[in-house]
Amino acid sequence: MTGVGPARLRLQVEYEGATRASGPLLVVEGVEGVGWDDLARIRLGSGEIRRGLVLEVHRDVAVVEVLEGTAGIDPGDLAVRFEGRPLEIPVGEGWMGRVWDGMGAPLDGGPPMLGSDRRPVAGAVLNPGVRDVPTEPILTGISVIDALTTLVRGQKLPLFSSAGLPHLELAAQIAAQAHVGGESFKVVVVAIGVTRTDADRLLDILEARRAGSDLAVFLDTADDPVVQRILAPRVGLTVAEHLAFELGHHVLVVMADMTSYCEAVREVSAARGEIPGRRAYPGYLYSDLASIYERCGRVRGAPGSLTQVPVLTMPAGDITHPVPDLTGYITEGQILLSADLHGQGCYPPIDVLGSLSRLMRKGVGEGRTRGDHLDIASQLVASLSRAGDVRDLSELIGTGALTDTDRRYLTFADEFAALLLTQQPDESRSIEETLDRAWTLASVLPPGELTSVSARELAEHYGGDGRAEEPADDG
Amino acid sequence: MGLNGSAAAGTAAAARGGTGVVVRVNGPLVEVEGLAGQAVADLLAIGDGRLEAEVVGIEAGLLTAQAYETTSGLRVGEPVVGLGRPLSAALGPGLLGGIFDGLLRPLSGRPAWLAPGSWTEAGTPRRWGFEPSAAVGAEMTAGSVLGIVGRDAAVVHRVLVPPGVSGRLESISPAADLDGASTVAVVAGRRIYLDELWPVRRARPASARRPPTTPLVTGQRVVDLLFPVVKGGTAAVPGGFGTGKTVLLQQIVKWCEADVIVFVGCGERGNELADALHDLAALEDPRTGRGLLERTVVIANTSNMPVMAREASIYSGMAVAEYYRDMGYDVVLLADSTSRWAEAMREFSSRRGDLPAEEGYPANLSSALAAFYERAGQVETLGGTVGSVTAIGAVSPPSGDMTEPVTAHTERFVRCLWSLDRDLAYARHYPAVTWRRSFSRDGDAVEAWHASAGRSQWARSRARALGLLGDADRLAPMAELVGLAGLPAGERMVLLGGRLLREAVLQQSALSENDATCAPAKQTALLDAVLAVYDRCVTLVEAGVPPGLVEEVDLSGLVRVRDEVGPGDAAGVDRRRDQVLGALDGLSPAGPAGGGR
Ligand SMILES: Nc1ncnc2c1ncn2[C@@H]1O[C@H](COP(=O)(O)OP(=O)(O)OP(=O)(O)O)[C@@H](O)[C@H]1O
Ligand SMILES: [Mg+2]
Repeated sequence: MTGVGPARLRLQVEYEGATRASGPLLVVEGVEGVGWDDLARIRLGSGEIRRGLVLEVHRDVAVVEVLEGTAGIDPGDLAVRFEGRPLEIPVGEGWMGRVWDGMGAPLDGGPPMLGSDRRPVAGAVLNPGVRDVPTEPILTGISVIDALTTLVRGQKLPLFSSAGLPHLELAAQIAAQAHVGGESFKVVVVAIGVTRTDADRLLDILEARRAGSDLAVFLDTADDPVVQRILAPRVGLTVAEHLAFELGHHVLVVMADMTSYCEAVREVSAARGEIPGRRAYPGYLYSDLASIYERCGRVRGAPGSLTQVPVLTMPAGDITHPVPDLTGYITEGQILLSADLHGQGCYPPIDVLGSLSRLMRKGVGEGRTRGDHLDIASQLVASLSRAGDVRDLSELIGTGALTDTDRRYLTFADEFAALLLTQQPDESRSIEETLDRAWTLASVLPPGELTSVSARELAEHYGGDGRAEEPADDG
Repeated sequence: MGLNGSAAAGTAAAARGGTGVVVRVNGPLVEVEGLAGQAVADLLAIGDGRLEAEVVGIEAGLLTAQAYETTSGLRVGEPVVGLGRPLSAALGPGLLGGIFDGLLRPLSGRPAWLAPGSWTEAGTPRRWGFEPSAAVGAEMTAGSVLGIVGRDAAVVHRVLVPPGVSGRLESISPAADLDGASTVAVVAGRRIYLDELWPVRRARPASARRPPTTPLVTGQRVVDLLFPVVKGGTAAVPGGFGTGKTVLLQQIVKWCEADVIVFVGCGERGNELADALHDLAALEDPRTGRGLLERTVVIANTSNMPVMAREASIYSGMAVAEYYRDMGYDVVLLADSTSRWAEAMREFSSRRGDLPAEEGYPANLSSALAAFYERAGQVETLGGTVGSVTAIGAVSPPSGDMTEPVTAHTERFVRCLWSLDRDLAYARHYPAVTWRRSFSRDGDAVEAWHASAGRSQWARSRARALGLLGDADRLAPMAELVGLAGLPAGERMVLLGGRLLREAVLQQSALSENDATCAPAKQTALLDAVLAVYDRCVTLVEAGVPPGLVEEVDLSGLVRVRDEVGPGDAAGVDRRRDQVLGALDGLSPAGPAGGGR
């Protein structure tokens, strides 16, 4: 926001023609007083208006990234005006209940979003000294998430998925069902580079919530220009930040698919001839992703919160690929989807041992979810881990050679899928039901095996509702 | 300096006097023309917003500068002036307990949303009660104590004659409330201010380096028992995402035996910093009974803050650490994560179009890393006291690849490596420090230190633990292949001993009420208890007890005792050891009591 003021707004000269148009970039020469990151207004010969952002300015040459792409642009037949301010959008409740494209233009036939209260889409940096510790949950109604990887208000918790898995359905289910008890809650969904079919499906799932006007959808589809892909999450977050930090709502932002976002960043970087890093992504991808993912949290003394659930597909299912790797280095845990579980027909196919909510510890418990939550959750994770070891062992030496207790662990793993993991895509469970199921499940194991829970919790909850029968030990 | 915003706006006017103009802007990279009299590493004020930037190159009158704030909106043609000093930090009272940005500017009292230009000084400066202790007429040298601030504080602030100044004390302030810019004393014609401006990239001088010999007790067993670090030593913590770097570093921030902690959050998460500050404010130092925050300086450049200030933050942190070292304190500097610092260097050098070396990093990566860790050490200060800086850096290898340049170079320059392992973290074995890829080159020094205190047993236990862990690792694949039953009894006991070491000694949950930190006495008690139990098991199988019987004895009491007795309760551990040994004796062919050798 440097220099916003008369000096910056004064220079509204129109420059005729550009020297080069290629990929997303336009090079304009002979310019004067152009600011880095300034918004450019490009008037084509046809009268069409496109917008651009200044990526570099060197003496009288400006390199402009065209938001709508350069397809159909004749560099000799256009005029460019630099606006002397960065790209801004209006903010306010008017975004809610509507469907927009990645740049904030209406897709639902309604009127455009207007307003004089505008914010730059790049956002400002939240002073780390005023951040508050995220300590309250958001409940998704999805048992395995609420019980074992609880989402906390102010957190960023991504879904790591692979091609062919139902991550969009799961993301949409989260967006449709998430709530914070009785408090005001808003959801912003940003679809990035999704197919039209997926976009339609997403809108279907979100229909009910959208009608209630506490949801806004920004749709960037695979056929939209790549630069829009880079801006769509920032547009969504700018809207969300205003709702959260100025209007005091709890806001959840779901963004899918961040892999498409990173590919767009790579494409622009390649067009600029930058030195490629790992897998040809630019070396600054970490800071670039952080400029998105860090836009969440809580502010001390302010009522609202901004929570992010980014979704990404790991190319070839590889978690060491730069996109999941750099994301994991920025986010506060991850929810990992498994192709194996999906293959077995499990929905949601969440790999519990590979998933972790780093902020859960302070976000659950008495007065938040339930007093026994943290203990029963770590118990289930520990027991699942043990069950995995037993399964490996049984493959080696056969089930017959297992001890009684070990066989109970195998039953436990099966019951886990049935009782806690599997759920309908439109089914929302209360946290009480989820935790009760967790105890029914734990009760498959002998009480002596439950070392993570206290004796009091054991006395109060052990036993469950009888769905978990004694494993049939022959003999 | 009274530069008016509109003075040189517009076209690239010819430079007059000390004003140059911006000719190129590419993110944090700014090129400036027409500004004479600048040297590499000098600071500039760029544009109407007077953004701070540092000169990193000069060629034929063209200055290349890295900007420490976002350059959004900065135009070609905006004016640039020199600030007449290198990148410097104001060192003085008020650092402890505070949170600062990468250039050591206070973040408290700043607006919630940091826009560039929000740094202009606001409000009245804080004042500090200064008490003189030197007398006018005395001969002073650099490092001589002029007085103190905060007699009752957790860390008494000593006001010293800065490096490079010596001579007769001509005047000194009486006991008074002073702000940072007040004159404390005049020495040989030089005014000495309460705040000392120090060029952070330069190491502060000391009289002599001393070989570090005293262990830095961190309270984390895997570190203190197996891979100890000394006061004045260096350590790196490489590990993929989620393996526990931040938690381990923050455990050390909270519990290590240092006088002063400097924590540099370098390109990491805002929520994490908020959490750490919150915890520190609530915790008390078990040694002094004072709040832990009172001994801590936090420097924060979260991952969304300007990238080049990230590069500077490491040096700001080191300058602060050296400043307290010079007062005679043991200081621990922790940087999470040094990889983000290296990446900031890479980002800038790539914008400059420098010829890249390994993986795009600049060719000076390894010398920059070496120089950073070289600033750690135990020294005799200019004032004749002893102080130390211990440097501990997290490393975040892309894809967990330990051969990548930052990890590979760092390993060469540090004395301790605490490698975190994804498999251990996945199995929730925390801290996930792997004994396979970790080392301490100060192990000998620490063993000697223990021996000189009459604990010659310490070195033996450490060697046995490392040996047992290694043996168990070698046998594990074999056991998977042939099954436990296919192994000889002795080897089965090795596997049992390895598991006990991992579970009863090395695992230590940061969330545990009793075990988040562990005093040295309890540490050795736990280790020796496991070794004693292991020895007893070996004796039993050697006496003919079937190994299966030994393996079935419930040893969970030994594993749980770390969480069940207080952080310093060695006797509690000993009692549990005796119970477990007693249970084992029940198996002895010679009957209870008669067991053993
Ligand atoms: N000593 C420990 N005790 C208990 N839990 C731990 C411990 N160490 C790590 N964890 C768990 O692992 C999670 C991740 O740890 P941490 O944040 O330190 O990882 P990291 O290596 O810093 O990751 P990143 O590189 O992404 O910052 C923590 O949130 C916590 O749940
Ligand atoms: Mg970390």
